[in-house]
Amino acid sequence: MSEATSQKIPVTVLTGYLGAGKTTLLNRILSENHGKKYAVIVNEFGEIGIDNDLIIGADEEVFEMNNGCICCTVRGDLVRIMDGLMKRKGKFDAIIVETTGLADPAPVAQTFFVDEDVQKNARLDAVVTVADAKWLSDRLKDAPEAKNQIAFADVIVLNKTDLVSKGELAEVEARIRGINPYAKLHRTERCSVALADVLDRGAFDLDRILDIEPDFLEADDHDHDHDHHHHGHDHHHHDHGHGLKHYHDEEMQSLSLKTDKPLDPNVFMPWLQNLVQVEGGKILRSKGILAFHDDDDRYVFQGVHMMLEGDHQRKWKEGEPRESRLVFIGRELPEEAIRKGFESCIVS
Amino acid sequence: MKEFTPPPDSGSIVSVTDRVKPVTLGMAVTSVHFLGPRAAFVGGEENVAFVDGKGEIATVAVHSGGILSTASDGKRLVMGGDDGKVVSLDAKGEVTLLATDPKRRWIDAVALHADGAFAWSAGKTATVKSGKAEEKSLEVPSTVGGLAFAPKGLRLAIAHYNGVTLWFPNMAGSAEFLPWAGSHHGVSFSPDNKFLVTAMHEPALHGWRLADNRHMRMTGYPGRVRSMSWSAGGKGLATSGADTVIVWPFGSKDGPMGKEPAILAPLQARVSVVACHPKNDILAAGYSDGTVLMVRLEDGAEILVRRNGTPPVAAIGWNAKGTLLAFADENGDGGLLEL
Repeated sequence: MSEATSQKIPVTVLTGYLGAGKTTLLNRILSENHGKKYAVIVNEFGEIGIDNDLIIGADEEVFEMNNGCICCTVRGDLVRIMDGLMKRKGKFDAIIVETTGLADPAPVAQTFFVDEDVQKNARLDAVVTVADAKWLSDRLKDAPEAKNQIAFADVIVLNKTDLVSKGELAEVEARIRGINPYAKLHRTERCSVALADVLDRGAFDLDRILDIEPDFLEADDHDHDHDHHHHGHDHHHHDHGHGLKHYHDEEMQSLSLKTDKPLDPNVFMPWLQNLVQVEGGKILRSKGILAFHDDDDRYVFQGVHMMLEGDHQRKWKEGEPRESRLVFIGRELPEEAIRKGFESCIVS
Repeated sequence: MKEFTPPPDSGSIVSVTDRVKPVTLGMAVTSVHFLGPRAAFVGGEENVAFVDGKGEIATVAVHSGGILSTASDGKRLVMGGDDGKVVSLDAKGEVTLLATDPKRRWIDAVALHADGAFAWSAGKTATVKSGKAEEKSLEVPSTVGGLAFAPKGLRLAIAHYNGVTLWFPNMAGSAEFLPWAGSHHGVSFSPDNKFLVTAMHEPALHGWRLADNRHMRMTGYPGRVRSMSWSAGGKGLATSGADTVIVWPFGSKDGPMGKEPAILAPLQARVSVVACHPKNDILAAGYSDGTVLMVRLEDGAEILVRRNGTPPVAAIGWNAKGTLLAFADENGDGGLLEL
C-alpha cells in the first residue's frame, strides 16, 4: 500500500435490509475493546450510544452529478459531512457510514470516487452488507434494494443463522452466491463477527485486488452439506463439482472472464471505457487483473457503475501465470456481447 | 501605494517576505478575520487565536468540537459548530452563546448581517434571529449548503440542492426559489445587490441577475471553488479553484455574461483562498503549495508575501482599513504583514 493511501482515513459502508442487524453490528464494532475511535454517520440517532465516538446524523441526500451521466449519483450530505469531519482529523481513526435499509450503496461508494476533496482525505475500505438468514431469500424476490446490497458487497455478514435450519442456510447462501460469488461471507449469530473480517479490508485498494476468485471456491469453513433439497420455484439449479448449490439469479448475476493470452491495451482500454459508458447503469461492480501484450507489469482496475480507476500495480513475478481475469457484477448483463468484446481484445 | 509598483524591467518578482511577522498557531486554521486591531484565526476545532500587532497570541475556546462555519462583520465573529451551537466572539474575546440546536445537529452554515441580525442552518432548516424579534425558521427541500444576507434589507439567500431560496424572514410566504440543477454550496450577493452567485459542488459558479433572474454560468475551473471575494466596490469577483486567480467582471449591468474573466497570478499550484483588499484594486491569494501573493487587479502585477513549500494556505484576511494582511496555512503557520 502506498503511503498516501495508508494515510487516508478508511471508510466502511454498512448496508443491509431493514431488520437484518446493521445496528447490532455497529454497536458491536463500537463497543469492542479495540482502542480505536470511529466517526459514525447514521441516519437515525438514538439507537447507538457510545460516548467515545463521533456520531453524525445524515440525511441520505442523493443527487446526480451535472456531468450527463445518469448513474453518476453521489451523496451530497456525505460530501458536507466529510468536509466537517476533516476539521477533526486526528480525533478518529476510521469512518463508518450506515445506510438505511432501503438504500442503494452505489451513491455512497461513488461519493468517494467523484469528489476531489473527499478523495484526498478518505478512502473507501469496503461495503459490508448484513443479511438476515431467515428472510433474505424472500427479500431477494420482492425487494430490489436487498439484491443491490448483496450484489454490491465486499463482505456479507449472514446473520441470525441460529434461526434457520442447515438446509435453509445452504439455500440462502446459494442464493447469495448466485448473485455475488466474490464477497467474503461470514455466518453469524447476533452479528458476532471478528472485527478484522469487516474492517480494514482494503476492498477498493488497487494494490489489494490480488484475488478475485470466487470466495466459495476457497477452502473456507463451509460444511459441504450435500443436502439437495429442491424448491420448485427455482429456474436454474445446478450442482458444482464439490457439492455446493448454486442458484442463478434471473436479474442479477456476476460474469467472470479469463484468458491466458495477452491483451492489447489499445483495444482493451477503449472497449472497457465504452462498456461502462454504455452499460454502466447495469454494471454495479467491476474488477480486473490484466496482462497486457509487451508489458511486464500487472495492470489492475476496479469500478463502480461508470466510474473506473486503474493502474499498473507491479511486475509479474517469475513463474507467475500471466493471466487476465475480469469480474462484473450487475443486472441483466449482456453476457454474450461482453464475452465477444473481451475476446476481441486478445492479441491474435 | 508605492509598494505595489514593480520596478521596470525587473526579472524577478518583488518580495516582501522579509517584512512578514511570522505567526505559529499550532492548530489547524480555516479562516482569519480582523476584530479591531487583532487578527482572529479560526481553528478547525474548538479555538480562535487572537494575534496582535506584536505577534502575541491569545487563544479563546469557542466550541467543544469542530468549527464548521464562520462569518464576520469586523466587529464580531459568528460561528457554527458540530456541537450544535451558534456562538459569537467579539473583539475583546468575549464568547456569547447565541443558539443551540435542540437535537444537537451540526451547524453547517452561518451568516451575519450588517445590522446585527444573524442566521444559521442545521440540516434543511435555516433560522434567522434579528434584534429582539423571535427566531424565524424556513425549511428548504434539501440540506443547506450556504447562507448569505443581502446587503440591503433583511433578506437571506439559502443555497441548497437544485438552486437557491431567497427569503425575507419578516414577510410570511416571501420565499422565492431560483432554480439551477446541481448542488449549491457557498453563496454571495454582489455588494450592489444586483447579482447572486453560488459556488457549486462541481467546479463552477452559477449566478443570477436579480432584476430578472437571468442565469450566468461561470465554468472552466479544474477544481471546486471554495473561496470567493468581491473586489472593492464590487466590480469583480475573485475566486479560487484554478492555478490562477479568476476574476469575473461584475462592473456592468450584464455582469460577466458574454465576457471573459481576468486570469491573474498563474502558478504551478491551485489557488486555495482569495481575499480582495477592502479599498484598493488589489487582492491577496493563497495557493495549495503555501505561496501567498498580492496581485494588482488592473495589470496582474505580483508581490510575493510568502514562499511555497508548506501545506495549502487556508486563510487570508485584510483589516477594514486594508493596512494589515493576515494569513495561515492548514497547519497554522502564518504571518502578519503591515503595509
